[in-house]
Amino acid sequence: MKAPRYTLCLVALALAGSAAGLLLSHAAPPVIHQAATPTPSDSSAVAIVRHAVTIKPGPATPTVLTNALNRSGEPVPVSCSTCHSTRSPNIERHSAAELTEFHQGLAYKHGDLSCLSCHNASNYDTLRKADSSAIAYPNVMELCGQCHGTQLRDYRAGAHGGMNGHWDLSRGSRERNNCVDCHDPHAPAYPRLKPVFAPVDRGARQQQERAAHADKESAHD
Amino acid sequence: MSRRTALKIAGATLGAAAFAKAVAPITQWAADQSVDEFLQQHYRELSPADMAKVIERLETETKIDYGADVHISDPKPQPGVKFGYALNLSVCVGCRRCAEACHKENNHDRLSGNSYIRVFEMQKGTIDLEQGNTTYTHAVPDPQKYYMPVQCQQCDNPPCVHVCPVEATWKEKDGIVVVDYNWCIGCRYCEAACPYHARRFNWTKPQVPQEEINPVQAYLSNRIRPQGVMEKCTFCLHRTREGRLPACLEACPTGARVFGNLLDPDSEIRWVLANKRVFVLKEELGTKPSFFYFFDK
Repeated sequence: MKAPRYTLCLVALALAGSAAGLLLSHAAPPVIHQAATPTPSDSSAVAIVRHAVTIKPGPATPTVLTNALNRSGEPVPVSCSTCHSTRSPNIERHSAAELTEFHQGLAYKHGDLSCLSCHNASNYDTLRKADSSAIAYPNVMELCGQCHGTQLRDYRAGAHGGMNGHWDLSRGSRERNNCVDCHDPHAPAYPRLKPVFAPVDRGARQQQERAAHADKESAHD
Repeated sequence: MSRRTALKIAGATLGAAAFAKAVAPITQWAADQSVDEFLQQHYRELSPADMAKVIERLETETKIDYGADVHISDPKPQPGVKFGYALNLSVCVGCRRCAEACHKENNHDRLSGNSYIRVFEMQKGTIDLEQGNTTYTHAVPDPQKYYMPVQCQQCDNPPCVHVCPVEATWKEKDGIVVVDYNWCIGCRYCEAACPYHARRFNWTKPQVPQEEINPVQAYLSNRIRPQGVMEKCTFCLHRTREGRLPACLEACPTGARVFGNLLDPDSEIRWVLANKRVFVLKEELGTKPSFFYFFDK
């Protein structure tokens, strides 16, 4: 009885592992802490299948908006490397406001960082870590975590960042937001927004209902 | 006919008429209620076969009254699970998406805009709810304020349960305080007893358009409630007892909400309780909430 269940565990783990590997291909500290290994010595003999916790990947190809508009009136994005593979960067530039082509209007409010703190001048299709090693865009969380250690700690503990799916990983999977799903990396403070679903004022509603009722009555007369 | 007989007949007629008038509300009430419903036992006395019949009846009634095909289940508490919820006040921006998600998930009356969650815009430096405001409409967050959503705290010492005269509300093994909507007599003692105003009364028969009805329902949680009974947050037990996260958590755009099993030492909620500055609302009342608030800094 035990063997097939154990095999099931292994298969589930392999699946979970490969999914996690896809998303975090770097030798990052394991953000997915919940993917605990069920021990085969567990004598309760109930097949504990741990479903995967996946993290939405960051953007695949970095782009910047151009001044050109498409037919729907939206600005056309162009891949960074379109220009940057042939042009050498000016390392004295600190923010988009100082640039004269392509990057205008890019809101920039992220501490004292300059463009090349995070962007990799030797390959604009990647990002750059503090030790000047390149890091792929989908792994952007590792880059953010270099400075925002407390947030990364909380994130790993499941106490920072939105999620969907299951609290009980033995019954289903979970999908978690990436840093840049909620924070614009160029202006990371969470934006102000209009609240939804204002409470209904009971007094005002009753007045409206009475007025509607009175209208009906007078229509009958 | 003697005068005496005539007076007797007149008296009897008047008496009968007065009696009929007095009991008229009962006949009216009985007309809205089937015999099965009237004879239905308390939730905890229903056998699985009884429950299956009750659910079938409720599903049929929903089809007749609302035109919607719904599936009502009766998930039980999982052994080894006690639910806890924590909310990060450093992160909540007061957008009220949780309250909206609750409204839709739990098939609340559309007209009154009911929700189990109220979001308070609070003065910094106090947790006095009296100074909070729930009717703000300006862009949030106001940097001078902080935001505190309040819903059922699923107390371990629940005043609402103690005051119920008919035991229509009780605390389940996984910590959820539930209501048997078919046993509740609508006296509203529990509403008065709750220090968090977490309970709501169905003043009217809830109005929900057919296409907006959430068909995934449970007997003790989000099935459409009858008129004249109390209702409350159940931590979405129709979801959470199936291992899923509550609707308000999934709707939160800032990730301010943390949900999980308090009995699992490796759970996210336990990490928050061990590592963050945590408080419970109105601790001095001794209600022992399973709902916690915390700060990042």
